[in-house]
Amino acid sequence: MEERIGVFVCHCGSNIAGVVDVKRVAEELGKYPGVAHSTDYTYMCSDPGQNLVKDAIKEHNLTGVIVAACSPTLHEATFRRAGRVAGVNPYQVEIANIREHCSWVHQGEKEAATEKAIKIIKTMVEKARLDEALDPISVPMTHKALVVGAGIAGIQAALDIANAGHEVVLVEKSPSVGGHMAQLSETFPTLDCSQCIMTPKMVEVSQHPRINLMTYSEIDDVAGFVGNFKVKIRKKAAYVDRDACTGCGVCVEKCPVKTESEFDEGLAMRKAIYTPFPQAVPNKPVLDPEHCTYFLKDGKCGICQKVCPVGCVDYEQKDEIIEEEVGAIVVATGYDLYPIENMGEYGGGKYADVITGLQFERMLSASGPTEGEVRRPSDGKEPKEIVFLTCCGSRDPEAHMPYCSKVCCMYLTKHAMLYKHKVHDGQAYVFYMDVRTAGKGYEEFYTRAAEEDDVLYIRGKVSKIYEEDGKVMVWGVDTLTGKKVEIAADMAVLGLATVPNVAAKKLANKLKIHTDEWGFLAEAHPKLRPVESLAPGFYLAGAAQGPKDIPEAVAQASGAASKVAHLFAEEEYHREPIIAWIDEDTCAGCRVCISVCPYDAAEFDEENGIAKIQEAICEGCGACIAACPSASAQQRNLTDEQVYKMVSAALEG
Amino acid sequence: MYEPRIVCFFCKWCTYAGADLAGTSRKQYPPNGVVVRVNCSGRIDPQHVLWAFREGADGVLIGGCHPGDCHYQDGNYKTMRRVTFLKRMLSDMGIEPERLRLEWISAAEGEKLVHVMSDFVDEVKSLGALELGLTGEKGNGGAAKAPAKKKPAVKAKAAGKKTTAKKTGKKAKPAARKAR
Repeated sequence: MEERIGVFVCHCGSNIAGVVDVKRVAEELGKYPGVAHSTDYTYMCSDPGQNLVKDAIKEHNLTGVIVAACSPTLHEATFRRAGRVAGVNPYQVEIANIREHCSWVHQGEKEAATEKAIKIIKTMVEKARLDEALDPISVPMTHKALVVGAGIAGIQAALDIANAGHEVVLVEKSPSVGGHMAQLSETFPTLDCSQCIMTPKMVEVSQHPRINLMTYSEIDDVAGFVGNFKVKIRKKAAYVDRDACTGCGVCVEKCPVKTESEFDEGLAMRKAIYTPFPQAVPNKPVLDPEHCTYFLKDGKCGICQKVCPVGCVDYEQKDEIIEEEVGAIVVATGYDLYPIENMGEYGGGKYADVITGLQFERMLSASGPTEGEVRRPSDGKEPKEIVFLTCCGSRDPEAHMPYCSKVCCMYLTKHAMLYKHKVHDGQAYVFYMDVRTAGKGYEEFYTRAAEEDDVLYIRGKVSKIYEEDGKVMVWGVDTLTGKKVEIAADMAVLGLATVPNVAAKKLANKLKIHTDEWGFLAEAHPKLRPVESLAPGFYLAGAAQGPKDIPEAVAQASGAASKVAHLFAEEEYHREPIIAWIDEDTCAGCRVCISVCPYDAAEFDEENGIAKIQEAICEGCGACIAACPSASAQQRNLTDEQVYKMVSAALEG
Repeated sequence: MYEPRIVCFFCKWCTYAGADLAGTSRKQYPPNGVVVRVNCSGRIDPQHVLWAFREGADGVLIGGCHPGDCHYQDGNYKTMRRVTFLKRMLSDMGIEPERLRLEWISAAEGEKLVHVMSDFVDEVKSLGALELGLTGEKGNGGAAKAPAKKKPAVKAKAAGKKTTAKKTGKKAKPAARKAR
């Protein structure tokens, strides 16, 4: 079919017409091959202007439209709509930018600007001549979300999505929901008890009719794409039928084996069959075969099974794989602390009285191993002097992590303050590089610690910690006075760097979502798309994306949930059709496109030995097209042929 | 006076928007360049650049997002590697590598766009018109001669041969000029 392109040159008042000879432009274009109609008008975007376009489409039976006007960012959508109404496919309506790229920037050169405007329009005519009629790609969608990780971010995301009316599968790898927040004593800057604000949410998430909570479970595999993910979830063998279990706790009580409690960060013991903490949700035990005598000594013991009144201990239980179909995935896999063993200069992992921030949290917690009393781990005595160290592993590009972990200044300030509230005659020292208090009420909190609770802040880094005479000797320097500081302390608390959860890194690989060099999940845009992954259908929440405090994690989770709700607002998933496609006849199956695709949208079709593009995933960047050695990869409505023709038109005359 | 003809391949997220900003700020620059909008600078095939020179361009300007800012993760890094290689190839063909320029111009850098445009036009002016001594018709006739959709398997090499084979008049020694 012969193309019949209409060219509509806008004056934009005098914005264009004051520089460009619009009459001449319209006249010149009228003679150009493929152009069936060419005219000009004062304000093409006005109602009469749009009607002029619509009428001309009908009258001249146009197959394509070029509006020569302002930048396409302004009115491309307007004229595409007008085109559709009048019977031209929206993707065959193009804008020639003769205002921002011509009349406004060549105001003193009327002749040259007019010539340039003609060239610009010709390039777009050449493009339009080869434009195909396209429809947005519609993909069916499962209106159910998967949330991975049930810390505060995952819980919040799951609740928000469920409350928006959608089904949620919430998967947590440990036996209980709650994450690190459940371990905390009190929260800065309000000092409200973490458990008190956390447990109601934990209960709500477990009882919500639209949330299917799967604890002690992990993601085995994810296939598919946005709207249509197929997820395999491994429900780990708990050796307890947790549905039948009443949570009476007799098995835990009678179990003879003790091992270090993960929840209490090794400061207390738990049994081999255990619930991680008294408020755990679900409050049902799991059996840890790595420490259980029954598993270690070929069936000896078996006490828990004998004492269980409902007979739900099952040593033969196996991992179970559960398949779920979901449309969106929120990744909220949280953080870990940088290993204390890596802080060799501070005796990390070597001295009992050099502990992590999370261990100190457990110690301060009323439900913790010391019931809120501050005690030295080595001898159980009350410490009279404690040194708190910020930036242990953070902001240290040579030896550790280069980034700021963001929360350590604040939680160590909180620690120092809570310590003083419990040990009135004690002295708290905080070594700092800078005290970073960027948050609502944070600066005031820090000031209160320094002024009311007499926490002594020393600006400088600690160079070494060693043990001497039952004391923890801290060597540092006060960079404000330039003097060496030596403190014979009873305890040292390290504000270790926040790093991505170890399991989360593996999971990111499985999900094929990008991470930064440290393993934090990468957002689609650092400013404007902070809760989405670059891979469509994946959303990010909480510290998995970068160090953050509780309010930030909650805000991001709600943001991610609203993005999911936004996605689910439509029956089907629609996307721009300006994407890549592969010519099956010429593709040699070299797989170069697969290696350059940032989205894993190009995949290999084993059966036919060629590459193919998954339409639902392709974002239309064109990387595969530039890389394809046989030009088999092409972009819809921006094929190489179109580019060549546009270039030729730009150089004409 | 010779006015250079320049083709500008601008990515739609950064440099194209930077050129829009130059417009809305009414900054003035020479009218020698015509913009071809692409989704990403990584979409630009070296053949597009060679084609532009063949069709009579005196200079080709590629504009992309700053490193780390690519809307598509790393398309601009791909461009950077391609351009480095392509400049060497141009040099081998007797085309001054300075006629191809890659610039990172963000959507906020209208001022930079103006500066780059003006500077590039000046540079290409000082190099003089590009004369490849091609036989046959230039200009719109190219439409018929645009590389067939099915390109030879090793396209860069093939394209290189095509142009060098037809080259007659030798330009100034490209080796003497350092690529930017």
